[in-house]
Formats: sequence, C-alpha cells, structure tokens
Amino acid sequence: MNRFDYVRPASVAEAVAAGSEPGSAFLGAGTNLLDLMKVGVARPGRVIDVTRLPGLDRIEWLPDGGVRIGAMVRNSDLAYDERFSRSFPAVAEALLSGASAQLRNAATVGGNLMQHTRCAYFHDLASACNRRVPGSGCDALEGENRLHAVLGWSEHCIATHPSDFCVPLVALDAVVEVEGPHGAREIAIDRLHALPGATPEQETALAPGELIVALRLPADAAAFSRNARYLKLRERTSYAFAVVSAAAMLEVEGGTILRARVALGGVAAKPWRAPEAEAALEGAAPTAQAFAKAAGLALAEAQPSGDNAFKIELARRIVARALTLASEGTPAAMPALPASPFSTKIGANHVA
Amino acid sequence: MSLSISLAINGQPLDVALDDPRVTLLDLLRERLFLTGTKKGCDRGQCGACTVLVDGRRINSCLALAASLDRAEITTIEGLAEGETLHPVQAAFIAHDGFQCGYCTPGQIMSAVGLILEGHAGDDPERVRELMSGNICRCAAYKGITEAVLEAQKAIADKSGAEQNRRDAA
Amino acid sequence: MSPETVSSPRYVRHGSNAGQPLTRRDGVLKVTGRATYAADNHPEGMLYAVMAGSRIARGRVVSLNVAAAKAHRGVVEVLTPENRPPLAHDPDQKMPPFGFRVEVLQDDTVRYVNQPVAMVIAETLEAATEGATLLDPQYDVEEARTGLESGERFQAEAVGVGAPPRTAYGDIEAGLAQAARVTEVDYVTPAQYHNAMETHAVVAEWDGDHVTLDMPNQAMALSAASYAAYFGIPVENVLIRSPFLGGGFGSKAILNGPQLLAIIAARMLRRPVKLALARTQMFGPVGHRGGTWQKLRIGTDGEGRLTALHHHALAETSTFDEFIEPSASVSLTLYASPAILVEHEGLRLNVGTPGPMRAPGAASGSVALEAAMDEAAEANGMDPLEFRLANYAETEPGTGRPFSSKALRECYAEGAKRFGWSGRPLEPRRMRDENGFLVGWGMGTAFFHCPHFPAEARATLRADGTALVETGGADMGQGAWTALAQIGAEALGLDPEQVEIHSGLSSLPDGGVAGGSAHTASAGLALHNAGEDAIGKLSELATADPASPLFGAGNIGVVARGGRLYRLDDETRGESYAEILTRAGRREVVGTAKAARDPAVTEAYAMFSHGAVFAEVKVDPDLGQVRVSRLVGAFAAGRIINPRLVRSQYYGGMIWGISFALHEEAITDKRTGRIMNADLAGYHVPVNADVPSVEAILIPEEDAHVNPLGVKGVGEIAITGTVGAIANAVWHATGVRVRRFPIHIEDLLVG
Repeated sequence: MNRFDYVRPASVAEAVAAGSEPGSAFLGAGTNLLDLMKVGVARPGRVIDVTRLPGLDRIEWLPDGGVRIGAMVRNSDLAYDERFSRSFPAVAEALLSGASAQLRNAATVGGNLMQHTRCAYFHDLASACNRRVPGSGCDALEGENRLHAVLGWSEHCIATHPSDFCVPLVALDAVVEVEGPHGAREIAIDRLHALPGATPEQETALAPGELIVALRLPADAAAFSRNARYLKLRERTSYAFAVVSAAAMLEVEGGTILRARVALGGVAAKPWRAPEAEAALEGAAPTAQAFAKAAGLALAEAQPSGDNAFKIELARRIVARALTLASEGTPAAMPALPASPFSTKIGANHVA
Repeated sequence: MSLSISLAINGQPLDVALDDPRVTLLDLLRERLFLTGTKKGCDRGQCGACTVLVDGRRINSCLALAASLDRAEITTIEGLAEGETLHPVQAAFIAHDGFQCGYCTPGQIMSAVGLILEGHAGDDPERVRELMSGNICRCAAYKGITEAVLEAQKAIADKSGAEQNRRDAA
Repeated sequence: MSPETVSSPRYVRHGSNAGQPLTRRDGVLKVTGRATYAADNHPEGMLYAVMAGSRIARGRVVSLNVAAAKAHRGVVEVLTPENRPPLAHDPDQKMPPFGFRVEVLQDDTVRYVNQPVAMVIAETLEAATEGATLLDPQYDVEEARTGLESGERFQAEAVGVGAPPRTAYGDIEAGLAQAARVTEVDYVTPAQYHNAMETHAVVAEWDGDHVTLDMPNQAMALSAASYAAYFGIPVENVLIRSPFLGGGFGSKAILNGPQLLAIIAARMLRRPVKLALARTQMFGPVGHRGGTWQKLRIGTDGEGRLTALHHHALAETSTFDEFIEPSASVSLTLYASPAILVEHEGLRLNVGTPGPMRAPGAASGSVALEAAMDEAAEANGMDPLEFRLANYAETEPGTGRPFSSKALRECYAEGAKRFGWSGRPLEPRRMRDENGFLVGWGMGTAFFHCPHFPAEARATLRADGTALVETGGADMGQGAWTALAQIGAEALGLDPEQVEIHSGLSSLPDGGVAGGSAHTASAGLALHNAGEDAIGKLSELATADPASPLFGAGNIGVVARGGRLYRLDDETRGESYAEILTRAGRREVVGTAKAARDPAVTEAYAMFSHGAVFAEVKVDPDLGQVRVSRLVGAFAAGRIINPRLVRSQYYGGMIWGISFALHEEAITDKRTGRIMNADLAGYHVPVNADVPSVEAILIPEEDAHVNPLGVKGVGEIAITGTVGAIANAVWHATGVRVRRFPIHIEDLLVG
C-alpha cells in the first residue's frame, strides 16, 4: 500500500472540497477500498475519511412513508432495523446475504453502492483490464470467465457488479443523494452504475469529488412488503458472492398482480432491472407460467461473454423461483440462511 | 506526519502516535502494541481470523484503518477473560473442542461474543452457523464451534437472568 | 451419542488415563490468545521481510526497481539474485531425505507464479510491503505449460515418497476380457492448496553462527538438519521453536524458498527478521496437491465380483522437481480382484512443486475409485454397500498379506445403521424432502496407511511425584500435546495432570515427522518406551534398597500404578515414586528411548486404518446448488488414545471431503499460469453454514502388530471415502455423474 495523506474532514462541504483534488479517495469503513489498496488496484494519494461526517448515520422516515438512509449507516444496522426490514424485506434479506456478519457491521450503505467489481483480472495488476487501465485490453474475455457477465457487457469489459444490496434497490427505484463541487443532486440507482460500453473505467455516474450522502427509497416501494424476496445462488452456503441472484417483488390483489418488480445480480456490470418482465407480470395471475414467461423476458437479451452460457439459464430459473417465492409471501421472520435456496420452501410445482 | 489517536483497548485508555497512516487496526494491535492474540489469516476480510470488537461490534480488524478509529473502544481476545476466569464463550470452546490448531480461534471467539451481543441467532443452530460463517476454520471445527456458541449463549442468558431475578427480588 | 471406544485390556498399561476424552492441554492458551504462533514473536530490533513473487509462470526477470524500493522510507535492504549471500548447499539439488529443490534467488529464472524474485526488508511491515510493490519486476516471458494440453508428460521414477509408479498383479487384460461388464470412467481432480489459516511464517534471529527460528514446523529435526546444511553450520546450532502451528496439512513439513530467504536476510543484516507470507503467496512456493487425470477400468463378473481393476493416474508436478500424487495406489488396498494394475504418469507444468497435502494420493485417488465403484455397482444393479461387501478384501489384494487388523465390516455395518442406509432406492432421483429438494444418499470406503517414523523421547520422574515427558513433536491441531501426554502418563503410571509435556522444540529428542497420520504412534511409542525405561530405573532403585518394601522384588517384578510401584505378586507391598526417589537422595530419574517399527512387521502385514462414510445431499432441482445435509463416518483406527480429539480429526477430514467434492479448486489462467482465485474469497473452503450435520463413530479395533501401542492414524483417513460418498450422493439425488471436481452448479442444471 502506498503512503497517503489521511484527512478527516469535519463537514460534507470540507469532504467534497478535499475529494475534488486529483488522487483523492473517500474512505468509508474501508472494506472495499482498503482491500483494493492492499492489492495495489487503488493507490490514492489522499484518503478522506468520511465515517465521522455529522448526520450521515441516521435512518429517517419521511412524512410520505419513504425512507432516507444516511450513507454512513452500517449494513447490519439497516438490515436489522425493525421498521426498515418490515417495509423493505427483500432489501434486508439481500443485505444479510452479503459478505459476513463482521463485514456487514463495518460496511456502510454508501460504500456498498460504490464497491468495485470482483473480476479477478481487475484485481490482478499483471492482467490487462480496461476498467483499471483504460485501453489496456480485457484479459477476462479469453480468460477464466465462468462467472462473468451475460447482460450488458461489451468487448471492452465483461465484469459484474458484486453487490446484493443494490439488486432490490434498483428494483425499488431507490435514489442516491449526492453532494459535489457543483452542489447537490440526485441520481436514480439504475443510473448510478454504468454499463461498460467503450469506457468501462467510468464505473459510476459520480463526478470527481462527488460524495453519496444518502440513499432514499420512495414510499410506494413499501407496497411490495408482503411479497418480496431476494434469492442468491452461491458456490458455498454462505460468505460468497452471487453466481446469480434475483430480487422479486409483487403487489397482488384478488389473484392479480398489480405491480411487479424484478432485478438480477451477478449478471452485469450493474444491478440489472428487468422492466419487460415486470410489464409482462402486471395484470397477470401469479402462476408458474407467468413467472416463467417473465423470467424468459428478463434474460431475452442475454449473451454469454465466455464460458458462462449456463448463467443465462440459471438466471432464468432463479428469476422464476424468486417470483414464486415472492408470490408465496414474505416469510414472517428472516430466513436462517438469508437468500439461500436452502432456506426456502420450494413448493411442489417443481417436478424433477 | 504523525497522527495521534486515542483508543481504549480492553478497558485501558491508550494514546497512540501513528507515524504511518497505512497501519491497520490488526497490524497496530499485533506489531506495535504486541497484542498478538488477534491473528492475521488473509489480511483482506476473507477469513475472520482478525475479528475484534470495536465499540461492541465485531469487525475484521485487517480492513480497518487504525487512524480512522480515534476514540474507539476495542476488545480483543486478551481482554475477554477476567483474570483466570474464562469468558463463557472461551470455556465452551474448550468443552466442545471448538478448535484444533487454534489459529482462527481468537477470531472465532470474538465473533461468537459479537454474535451473542447482537442477539439475532436465538437458539437456532442454523442461524448460528450462518452468522459464524465469516470465520473460516481450515481444521473445520465447525460442529464444536456451533455447539460452543449455543451453550455459551445459554450460559450468559441464564446468568443475566439470575442476576435480573436477584435484582427483582431485592 | 456415539459409542466410546473401549480399549483392549491388553494395552491398558498401569491403569492410566489413556483412552479418556480429555480436553486439550493447550486449550486455555488457545482460547485466551496466549498461544504464541511464529509470527507472534517480536525480538528486539526486528525487521520485517516481504516477499516479491513472480507474476509470470515461465521466463526471466529482466529488471527490478531496487532503487525505488530502497528509496521508500523504512526500507533497509532488498535481497535479489545480485546480492543474495551464497549457501553451503546448492538449492537446485534436492536436500535428502525428503527435501525438494527450492527457489532462493539463485538466478533470474522463473519457473512458476509466486516464485520469490526478491525480498524486501524494512523497519515496518507497511514499508516492506510497499517496497515489494515498488520493485515492479519486468520479465522476459516464455510460454508457460499450464494444463493438460501444454504440459509435458513423463514416466515418473517414483510416486509419493519413493513408492513405485507401477504395480501389477495378475493379468489385467485377461481379467477385463473375461468380465461380464466393464465400467470405464475418467475422473479429473483439481490443484488444491493447503491454505492453513496461519500462512508460512518465520522469525529468524542469528547469534554468530547460531540461529533461532520461530516457525511452524511439522518436521523439526529434519528441518534443522536441512537449515544447518544450507548455512554450513552444525545442526546443534539450529534451534527451531514450533510450539504451535496454525495448521499444517503437510505444507509445513518441507522447506521452502521464502522462509529460507528470510533466514538468509537475518544473517546478512545481523538483525532478527520476520516473514509472514501473504495469503496469495500461499499459492505457489509452499506446496500443493497437484491436479490429476485418472482413468479406471473395473471388470465385474455376473455376480458383481471384480475380475480386474485398472487404475491409471496422470498427476501434475513442477518443471524442476518431482512429487507425483500416488492416486492410483489406492486401488491396491481395498477391493479384492484377481488382476490389479496401478500406473502413474507425471505431467510437468509451470507450477510450484506439489507436495504432500492431507492424505496425499489417497484423497484424490479415493475420489476416483469410490465414484467408479459406485458406477460399477450401478452397472451391476447392486446396492453400493452390497457391492463393496461382495468385493471385500480379506487379505491385501495382490500380495495376500494379512491385515494387521481390519474392522471395516464393522465400520460398514455401524455406519449404515446410524445413517439409515437400508431402504435406499437403487435408482437415482427417487427421493425428495418435504420442501421438494432432491435427496441423495451415497457412500464410500475410507482408508489410510499406517507409516511409522523413527522417534526419540525422554521421560523424567521427579522426586515430587510428578513427571516430565519430552519429545520434539508438533501440535498442528491434532492434539499431540494432549495425546502424547496421555501416553506418557500411561507409561509412567501417573495421572495426565501429574505429567508435564515439553514438545515443539528441535533441541528435544527427535519426535519424528508430524505427518502420515503417524505422529501419535511414532512419538507416542518413543514416549511409551522412555516411560518404561524410567519406571525400570525407578524399580531398580527400589528393589535394591533394603529400606523399601519392594526390596528384593527384582526377579518377581513390579507394577507401576497411580504414582506407586507395587510388588507384582503382592500388591499390599508398594510405595510411591516420591518415597523411592527421596530415600535414594535423587531429584529425578530419567528414562530415554528410541522407537521405530520392526521391518519384519512391515514385511508381514498390510497396515491400514479403515472407515465407511455415508453422505446425504440435498440438491435444488432447478438451481443446482448442493448442500451436504448429513455426513456419518465410522472409522476403525486401532486403539484410541483420546476419543474427543480423534472425533475432531474425523470431523475435520470429512469436512475436507466436502471441500474436495464441492468447493476447492485453483483456477488457473491457461495463458499465463496465474491462479485467478488465489485468495480466500475466491478459493472456497467450507464455512460453518456448509456443515449442518457431521457425525463420527469410533469402531473398536485391536491391533497387535501395527505397533506396541496398537495405535493407528486418524488425521487423514476421513477425507478418503467422504469425497466419493458425496459425489455418489449427488448422483443418487440427480442422476448426474459428475466426473470433474469440484462439482459445480452448472453440472447439475439438467432438464
């Protein structure tokens, strides 16, 4: 790790000013940034510690029923907040399926949104990576890419976004509040993370110096609370990134789906919202056929980026399963193994 | 540049002058304060061997910059026993053979203490297993670890229940 | 509760506590953080070393930016091929008896990824780490041999540690020709890395030409001799202190380049130096289990009996040394067949030299054999257990030697009963649980050989009635301190609480290698003999002393029990050790012993631990995720010294089996030879949630031949059998035979 200047600003304005200097990086808990600094992917000359900024560690309920979450709220505090998990159970489940209890205790909401890909070629300084060094190439394209993207990738980058948290967030139209050198603005989560295109190094919509100060979920996101799930396939039962994951949320009335939300994780460089699947579900009955159709639509554009065609079929299946589970109802208590298929009743409709 | 931070480590206040901002909490404990009970297994938040409590919460000390922890209260494995009396989690780990080589054990124990403080596992072994999954044990003493956590949690609850009863009676 | 093993009375000497499930002696130290591992040491004036490892697999280092590294504040020195002091032993020559060639900056050649290319020494860990980054090595890259396609196949001269690569009994082609059915299958196992939780570390401190090495070490005496040879100093000038190892699994028994370089640096700089490898550096210079490509041909007659068993294994090794997984050798032991052919071939790749990793050969070979046996059982329409019983080897197949003991039938029976094996449908994909998950049951036979290493020990009886037993053994988690103290106490007729044990120092009597699951038997027998020697000397004192009630009992004999000696023919006459020693004016009496196996026993008997493992898996029918919902293993390993510790060894081994079957693999980029998952986030080993239920049954077994203690090994056996059991259960759940490990989600996405 390179030597750096450690700065602890007293206010958001100070932080933004400091962060606007080239070579600066904002430090939340450090669970991602420090890791990247240790492997040499990040070498900031100046580290701006934003963990003590006043006012960023609160969960505030807005008059309209929405919620505003300070960027420095810790993942576990949010997931275990009683009202939050009751209102947005799929978000809580996604949070609790990520990383480990220790990391969730440290990791901040803002940091989770800003985490970088886990692509091994991004982490390996000896490999070509357009995301890390623009124009250097992408060694993942012809490399070990079994777990790489199947949606929204380009020949310049096939990395995936690793967050669980962001998957239900994108489905629920969450918005981040940003403070920057040119003032405050809001960015929809769906626009926060960028697809690679020809500029994979442009990972987010944030400009230099911009700092996420809060995350907001709109009031109507709570309308899905009775039928909301997050499901995540892993290569071990816990403490692993998703092979693929899906958030599914339904608002059902009288045997008809009024509104549906579907998003996927582990499939693209951003949390992947599936609006066509949602549209197909709205007005339909919550049946296996409807779910299968929606799952098909969600993956309609998918293409293998390498040795990963299986992920397309797997993603289809997990969308269908997540919708099935959502239609069966949000569990009364958080499952013992959050988001794991082994925590769920999979029902009799799955015939071998 | 020297950074000064104040910590309380296992109840002892301590002012630390850091000559290098890169020092992690783990390396501060091990290499500068010689509290070597906390172990380094991966240095990247991938194994849990370095788990300590910061302000009562379990975290990976390898991914925490010491400089950012000014005024924090830190509890390490060295601060758990009271004199020769083991903490219930420590005693239960011995009784259930919840370790073999012992290297991940300080992290497992601190994680278990954190888990019990968090109070989300109840008496469900599956929840304990899930919430202890951030601590890798290559010797794979998981069965004993899970049993030890459940037993220690019960022992702690029984003890605090008994104390509550005494207070209620008084 | 599992039944406790009842030791044969024949072996319960002097009525001591061996056989009791004592908790670990080092338990309090380990749960309080007071157990000191190598990197916990911090001598005055210590410097930090950080290795710079190669990022290419083959080629040359053409430049290192030493100036940049040295310019970094705190960096003291950079060790490179330019300035590395000479060694007294050529590192390109093998170090006898078991040592490999090591890479210690002898030149600029690179032969694998993570080979040391330099070492940076600094005042702080932070400075050394950054210094290593700033070196920014530039390379001349040559095309690397990275896999089956590009590797160089060769005929190995030996496999494992000196075993023959080819063994044939009977006529294999005739056996196959006369078979009613031939099951022919290929299995692939990946490269795996030990990844003990403690990375390889050393704190080296020189004093003139004496060196003290705090390092985790499974073979202290051998290592001390090797270090002495490298540095050209007498072996007694090397002191290795290894009181605790943070896991070893075979990787800490053999010298490696990085640790040697740190010791070189300490000598060069005249200051103590600490090195602890980064986790990612554990993938290369410190050994691994090489990948294998195995083919089995199993011929069976109309009744499901083997007519031929042909097992061929191609195993990877490095381009510059040989360690070949003796995988196919597993087929020499378990199943009776008139014709058996076992063959090995080597494959040279640009990897670090593989080495013994928990159950070398046996683990990878057992996977293939047990899965192939399951396929053969299926082909013969037989229950897998029934099929194995039909081919039960009453004597060692091929040689006809008797087994020194073999309670495998009991393992099968007890394991099957506990698991509830009966009623298992023969056909796959027939069982579902209440939640709709596919359920499968599989089984495998476990076994591991019983080597015995020469060892020495000392036992001291003290005038206060306590004792000290000493042997340079290694406790890497198996519980050596505890079990060896129990054996020592038994030999001395004392309670374990009265016996202190000193171990983990190379200056103690050589406790042999903590490997091959042989440590308890090897060091234990030496301790046992040393105890007998001490008791013998004590009885000489007593029986020659007219003031002793034992006076004159020399010809009759005495028995030692509970800290007292008694006349063999009259137990009303006896006195305490303390009384004997005090009256003789002695502070202590010291017994010493060496122990080794009688070569005649090796000739006469086949000696193995045995077991049977039963696995239940649940598989999501759509999503392919697998969970091992139950594991039941029943093992017979001779006399059990401490059932609590032995059970933990079995649990650990079985969970390593889960890991082998479902998780562990090094993923190599075929273009560069770099392992792309060289950390604990990418290289998956099981976490707690992967192990909902594991059970170990200890089957009583007496063995009058394996060694005078009747003790066999327990450390490695439980991986064998388990991997096959899980793979077979996955087939039984899904109908899919996965023949490449670990089993992936996509392998099971059927329909």
